[in-house]
This record gives sequence, structure tokens and C-alpha cells, in this order.
Amino acid sequence: MNAPFQLEAIALDRLTVGTPARVAHIDWAALDTNEASRLRHFGFDDGVMVEPLHLGPFGRDPIAIRVGRMTVAIRRRHAAAIRVTPLAR
Amino acid sequence: MNQLPLVAVAGSPNAGKSALFNALTGARQKVGNYPGVTVERHSGRLILGDGRPVELVDLPGAYSLEPASLDEAVTRDVLLGKQAGERQPDALVIVVDASNLDNHLRFALQLIELGLPTILALNMVDLAKRDGLELSAERLSQELGVPVIDTVAVRRRGVPELQRALDDMLSAPVCGVHEHVKSDLVHLQRRARDIATAAVVSETPVRRWTHRLDAVLLHPIVGPIILFAIMFLMFQAVFTWSEVPKSWIEDGMAWLGGAVTQAVPSGLVRSLFVDGVIGGVGAVITFLPQILILFFFILLLEGTGYMVRAAFLMDRLMHAVGLSGRAFIPLLSSFACAVPGIMATRTIEDPKDRLTTILVAPLMTCSARIPVYTLIIAAFIPNTRLSWGVGLQGLVMFCLYVCGIVGALLAAFVIRRGVLKGGGGGFMMELPKYQWPLLKDVALGLLTRTEIFLKRAGTIILGTTIVLWALASIPQAGPGQKQSEVSIAGHIADGIEVVVKPIGFNHDIALALLPAMAAREVAVAAIATVYSIDSSDEPGGAKTLEQRLNHAWPLPTALAFLAWFIFAPQCISTIAVTRRETNGWKWPLVMVSYLFVLAYVAAGLTYWTAVALGL
Repeated sequence: MNAPFQLEAIALDRLTVGTPARVAHIDWAALDTNEASRLRHFGFDDGVMVEPLHLGPFGRDPIAIRVGRMTVAIRRRHAAAIRVTPLAR
Repeated sequence: MNQLPLVAVAGSPNAGKSALFNALTGARQKVGNYPGVTVERHSGRLILGDGRPVELVDLPGAYSLEPASLDEAVTRDVLLGKQAGERQPDALVIVVDASNLDNHLRFALQLIELGLPTILALNMVDLAKRDGLELSAERLSQELGVPVIDTVAVRRRGVPELQRALDDMLSAPVCGVHEHVKSDLVHLQRRARDIATAAVVSETPVRRWTHRLDAVLLHPIVGPIILFAIMFLMFQAVFTWSEVPKSWIEDGMAWLGGAVTQAVPSGLVRSLFVDGVIGGVGAVITFLPQILILFFFILLLEGTGYMVRAAFLMDRLMHAVGLSGRAFIPLLSSFACAVPGIMATRTIEDPKDRLTTILVAPLMTCSARIPVYTLIIAAFIPNTRLSWGVGLQGLVMFCLYVCGIVGALLAAFVIRRGVLKGGGGGFMMELPKYQWPLLKDVALGLLTRTEIFLKRAGTIILGTTIVLWALASIPQAGPGQKQSEVSIAGHIADGIEVVVKPIGFNHDIALALLPAMAAREVAVAAIATVYSIDSSDEPGGAKTLEQRLNHAWPLPTALAFLAWFIFAPQCISTIAVTRRETNGWKWPLVMVSYLFVLAYVAAGLTYWTAVALGL
């Protein structure tokens, strides 16, 4: 798919709420086995569309993220292992 | 062997699996346990069109056959025929959420690969349509190679069609099950996405209800305020709504006691019924309304999908003491009862997080403490109104709850830095769509709770009450002697009294502590039994239990007794479920000893402080 223009890849935990992005790369080695398989179960994968929707009220952690048609909550630490390319609307 | 064909209902979490299972089996259900693990086994019976019965089993929701939790491991083992106590299913009904196909199809594809006769229920098609998504069941069926049926399980739509398809499938000769070849997860996921895209007939983007609600309920400022308001409402309801039904039960018990007193001649038998059975069990049953109201709220919060949002809001705070947001749900359930609370911890994936949650769950003020707290507060705390309509009694009750919560958080903090160091830090949860739970399902849940509670009252509590009554009544006191001192129980209590005397406990409390090991509320029954036996010799003894207690105990003792019950692990069921959940005696022993030490210290500090202040 063609985005109007592509920005530099950043870690998902640094993406502003409401900005859609495409997963560029996931650093599976930064996660333990269970966490990694859970992320895969949620559908996190290279090329998938994600969008941060809500931040936890304390310390902006965890983060609620739309991934595909699902909304999931993960900790900031997990989101940091996911690099995404923001798409300008 | 003449076994019924076994059909497993499987699917990802939040696919509406249990609703479909309920729709297929109706009331013909059984809840059991898989041996060795504490995963519940839900099974039921379905009668096919030609009258043939089929056994249906509702497997725990799973994202894939590579388990990341206990529940998922059971699902995998059943499907592969490796689960103890379960034969391999003869056929499968896979349930997927129509509006979350790209995710749910991954597990569906894995299941289809198993080679069992399979039907796919494309569930919640109405919600998908509401979200502007239209799917073609035929196209999906072509892609997957299995029959696909549109369903709306909560409205029972598509259920007859599903039954007919099941009928056809089970009538057809079964071709041999082939070896399970595992496809790699990433490829399955990509294929799932392709198939999901191919099945879309039309899609119009609509602003979804769930997102609008989440914008408010997960708002960084409004969200926590609403959460707090809901919790406040819940606890208010527990104490105010229950007053009327509670008084009915009390009146009923009083009437029953009176009737038995009239009918049975004075003596040991009358004493057994009036003081032992009606006095003891009756005192406990009056708390049924409160327990049911609490469970009603918890079932409602779970059913609507709000409970997960609460976990999201609380995660960071829980993380600060070394727990995860997931612990919030089991801990909140523990306000009703620690047993379902501890069982709910199996959704916590990290073993150390889970163990810590189990160890602190008994500190949450469970409903069994309500009888004890209410009795002591009513007897000793004056019913004065402070400003803003806040009563002093209510305030003390609130403080007891807060002490439990603070105690649990501190205990978790210490445990996570001591015995259970390291690891953890995971919180990954799906935020499901909001939905209004079927009232029928909530009612079913409440019915189960009532049954469990009454069974407990009827067995453990009745049993201990009778034994205690016997110990407290034999031998009979002579003139000028006090029954509670002469009896066998009195002599046992003499021994306990030596240990608990320094923390201000008297002989009657020592007497009540022993049977209260069975369940906390038995303490009330025990005290009631002791005082009604003692008072039966008193002239004009129609005093309430509260009045008798107020007369008999000094205030520091009463306060120390309350402090004791915040911490003391006096519940056989909790200890038993902990043993089962942790597969051994080590952790229940750790739990019991640290909680008794805390209880002793807390009661002691309370007593000494109160005495020093001259209360």
C-alpha cells in the first residue's frame, strides 16, 4: 500500500496517540518467549497496521493499541521492542 | 464402550464461545474440573434432530495451539487427545468473531489442520454489520474447506442451522484423522489475513461504539474517577440494598427458633436445634444477600468487558508493588471470596506474578468477614452520624477494607522483593468489545454462587456448629458455674487463651477461633452459640448478641479482634484451593504462617495502643 509519504521508523511507545503506523520490525529477542508468542497471537507482525489509542492514567503506561481489528493493551516496555513507520493521514 | 460422540467447542477468547455453548446445550450443563489442573471443564448435552444425544465440551479460549497460559495448555491437550480425563473429540465447532476474523482465523486454521470433522460458526455477524462489515459465509467456506454458518449466539440466531450441520457431519462416515503437521504461526497468520480479506463483501468504516465508550472510560482523568465511582457504588449497594432481605431472613430465623422452642421440650435437644443449628447457621445465612449483591456486580463488570478496562487503568499502580493489572480482577473477586479470586489468577501468565497474587488474595476483605465485622461494629461502635451523612460505623467498616487493601499491597511489595524476586512485569490483554451480558447468564452465575454458599452453610458450617455446640454443652455446668468454662470446648480454649491473652483476647474469643478455622463467619456462629448457651440459665435473658458482647468484652479487645480478622487466614477452603493451585503444601504453609504472624502483630498493636489510650 502507498502512504502519502513515509516518516522515519520509531519505537511504538514513542508514537503519539491517534497516529496510524505500520510495523517495520519487531525485536523478538527483547521479549521473553511467552510475551513474544502473546504479541504474535495478538497479530503483531511486520507490515501490520497499528495505532495507539489510549495511555494508562499513571505514568502513561500501559498503552492500548489497535492492531488489525483488535484493541490490545501492552506495557510501554513491550511497545519499545516494536519499531513502526508512522503514516501521515 | 457406549460413549456419546464428543464435540468440542473451541475458539479464541472473546469470540462468544460460551454464549454459543449455552445456546446449544441450554440448561443441560455440568461444571467440573480437569484432573490435576484447576481449569474448569464445562460440558453439556445436545440432542440432535433424530434424537441422538451428543456430548458437548466448551474448551477454554485460546489464541493458538502454542499455549501461553494454563487454560490454553488444556485446550491444546484436549484437542490433541493428550489431556488426562478427557477423550479426544470426535468433531469440532470452531467459533470466530466475525468482526475480528483476521485474528481468529489463525487459530481456526490451526484447528482445521488437525483433520477432525469441523464446522465453523461465524459468530456475532450482527455486530460486524453494525460496524459496517459484511462477510460471505460461502466464500469463507470455500477458502477453509469446512462448512461455515452465520450465528448470533446471544440471540440464538443460526443455532438450528448449526445443529443441522452437526447432525449431517456426525452421520457421515469419519475418515481417519491424519497426523498433526504444525504450520508456522507467522504463515498461518498471513494466510488468515488473506482469507479474511477474501471473505469481505463490503466494508464501510463506522465510528464504533466501543471506541466512543473507551474514549471516556479509559480517559486518563475521567477513567479513574469513573472506576472509583463504580467501586464506591458497589460497596454502598452491598450494605444498603441488602438491609431489607437481610431483615427478612433474620425474622424468619427468629420465627423458626421460636417455633422450635415451643414445640420441643426444654433440654439438650432443644438447645441443639435452637442454639446450635438455627442460631449458628442462621447467623451466617443472613449474609447471603450481601454476598449475592457483590457477586452480581462482579459478574456484570466481567460480562460487559469493563473489568479488563479496570485492569488497564490499575496496571501501573499494581506494577509499583510488583503485581500486574491482571491481578486486579482476581483481587477484586476476592472481595467476594478468595476462592474464586485465587482460581481467577490462572489468567496471569507470569508464574511469580501469579503466586504473589495468590499469597495476598486472602487479605482482601472477603464477604465471610462481613458477618464478623458487622457484629463487632454493631456491638461496640456507637451509631453516631458524622458530617455529610457519613456514619461512624460505616467509616470503621471502610477503614477495615482499606487496611486489608494496604496490607495486601505492602505484602505484595515485600514478597516481590524477597521470596519471589525477579521476573514478571508482563501485562498483555485484549480489550474486548463492550456488550450487555445476557441477564440469563448473570442469573446462572448467581445461582451457582448461592448453591456453593448454601452448601457451605449446610455442610462445613452446620457441621462445625454442631460439634462446637456439643463441645460447649458437655458436660453440663452445675449451679454457680459458667457453661463456657466447664465444657470440653472451654478446656481447649484455656490452652489457646494462654497464647492469645497478650493480645487482649479473652476466653470466649479463644473458643471462637478454633471453629473459625473452617470459615471466618463461623466465628459469629460460635460466639452466638456460646453466649446463647451461657444465657439460657440467665433470668430475663432476651438480650441481643450485640448487647451481650458489649457487656462482656472491653473495647480494646473488640478492636483487637477486628484487627485479627483483617489478616488471619481462617478459611480451610482458601488453604485448600491454594494447595491445589500451587501443586503442593509449600505455598499454603507460607501463606498461613505469614498471615497468622501479621494477624497476631496487628491485633497486639491494636490492643496495646487502645489500652494505652485508655479506651
